[in-house]
Amino acid sequence: MAKDVAILGVGMHPWGKWGKNFVEYGLKACNDALGDAGLDWQDIEVVAGAETVRNGYAGYVAGATFAEALGWSGARVLTSYAACASGSQAINNARAMILADMADVILVVGADTTPKGFLAPNAGERWADPDWLRFRLMGCTNPTYFALYARRRMDLYGATEEDFAAVKVKNARHGMANPNARYHKEFTQEQVLESPLVADPLRLLEICATSDGAAAVVISSMDYARKRNIDPIRIRAVSTVTPTYPMTSVEMPYFSTDSAAVVAPNEMSFKASIAQAAYEEAGLGPEDMSMAEVYDLSSALELDWYENIGLCPEGDAEKLLRDGETTLGGRVPVNPSGGLACFGEAVPAQAIAQVCELTWQLRGQAGDRQIAGAQAGITANIGLFGHGSSVICST
Amino acid sequence: MSQSPIQPTVAGWFTDGDEPKLIGTQCRGCGTYFFPKQELFCRNPSCTSTDFDEVELSRTGRIWSYTKHYYAPPEPYITGDEFEPYTIAAVELETEKMVILGQVANGFEPEDLHTGQEMEVVVEKLYEQDGTDYTVWKWKPRAS
Ligand SMILES: [Zn+2]
Repeated sequence: MAKDVAILGVGMHPWGKWGKNFVEYGLKACNDALGDAGLDWQDIEVVAGAETVRNGYAGYVAGATFAEALGWSGARVLTSYAACASGSQAINNARAMILADMADVILVVGADTTPKGFLAPNAGERWADPDWLRFRLMGCTNPTYFALYARRRMDLYGATEEDFAAVKVKNARHGMANPNARYHKEFTQEQVLESPLVADPLRLLEICATSDGAAAVVISSMDYARKRNIDPIRIRAVSTVTPTYPMTSVEMPYFSTDSAAVVAPNEMSFKASIAQAAYEEAGLGPEDMSMAEVYDLSSALELDWYENIGLCPEGDAEKLLRDGETTLGGRVPVNPSGGLACFGEAVPAQAIAQVCELTWQLRGQAGDRQIAGAQAGITANIGLFGHGSSVICST
Repeated sequence: MSQSPIQPTVAGWFTDGDEPKLIGTQCRGCGTYFFPKQELFCRNPSCTSTDFDEVELSRTGRIWSYTKHYYAPPEPYITGDEFEPYTIAAVELETEKMVILGQVANGFEPEDLHTGQEMEVVVEKLYEQDGTDYTVWKWKPRAS
């Protein structure tokens, strides 16, 4: 309880390929979040930006860029970068300032404009950078990793291509009811399975695209919310743990793992440890979750997350999916927003968007995708270089 | 017909000959292995050593997973005149207990592979640039 912070407002710019400057998307999300919170920009004490690395200097100093765009007000500023976890790291850093009594109310924002196709490494000859070397030495793209995990699920747990397609079908249906999603199109399992193979066994419709988009949240101390007579949705935990040595799963951008010859690997995988730290901090468990928003970079990866966030034991994710437990109307819907399948990834905005979805669901404002009586939810994601995050919110 | 000169894509990462091996390092403090070579600090949090020996790694291991790539990846991958799909395997080395990715040797398809299968290191051409053939390590199913 002592570590809770309040979510006063949330806002998003719809995901898509709009061809505009990321600042424009971010401003829309900021103004919506401020409006939702019933606050004026000049009430904000700190702007916490999640950095984008694809938009030059303005993106590197995202916090300041948005402070300027909203009108220099003297607000303090901070900017965070943690690959796909940048958004939640920005939330966490903002939360830390509130819990340390350094600020009462903070605007957190992430926005991006992304190029077409595979995410590629930075230009130049960089023979010491694993992210560059994996492309040069073996043509190892992000979908390569997703495919390795997917194939392993098939060989170890009996997952089928039909299961992977069913995840896409589910998320596409969820996203139909989300005005902020980029794709509003239902698919049949057959259509998914007829799309071209990208990295065997994964197909084009099972791998997430990159998108433009922006998301923002206004968070405050619980006291600040109480004084405004608001009974807010609360952030109960933010996990930003790193892996423990030896890291024995193949993670982007590395093309080798640590050696387990000398130190035995942790029984819990890195991804599971991300969620575990969040549950511990929140004092809640998987059984308390009404929903989850997880990083379905590929359809198959969503199944790994079911196990990593504790919705079922290892190897049982396919059963959970086939039983409809993770579909809207099921016991614990996963990616009610439509997930990355319907959004495509807008790196610095995505983890914030996950928190926006939790907030709308927990407030009962999620429209046709509303989960009845939602009490608590968890987000989870993972990024390059040992980054990952998990946020738990509750009513 | 004259042969194109041959060079490794990266010098000092693998040996050549009939039984090529990957070259890594071993920490003098805790004995753990690294590939690519780690020479600045030991990644084991319980070890403060900064001394490493260069070692040849075991040249066989078992498949952790595998995939075939059907789309041309972005630069810096060098595609040549026409993109050819390629297979990638993640192989866990027996002694070093580490998984190392690499393309699969020419002529092998996913249908020829399964998780747990024994593989060995070979060195094959990866791309041609300015008349030189550049080689890299690849994984090849071990003849049983
Ligand atoms: Zn050591």
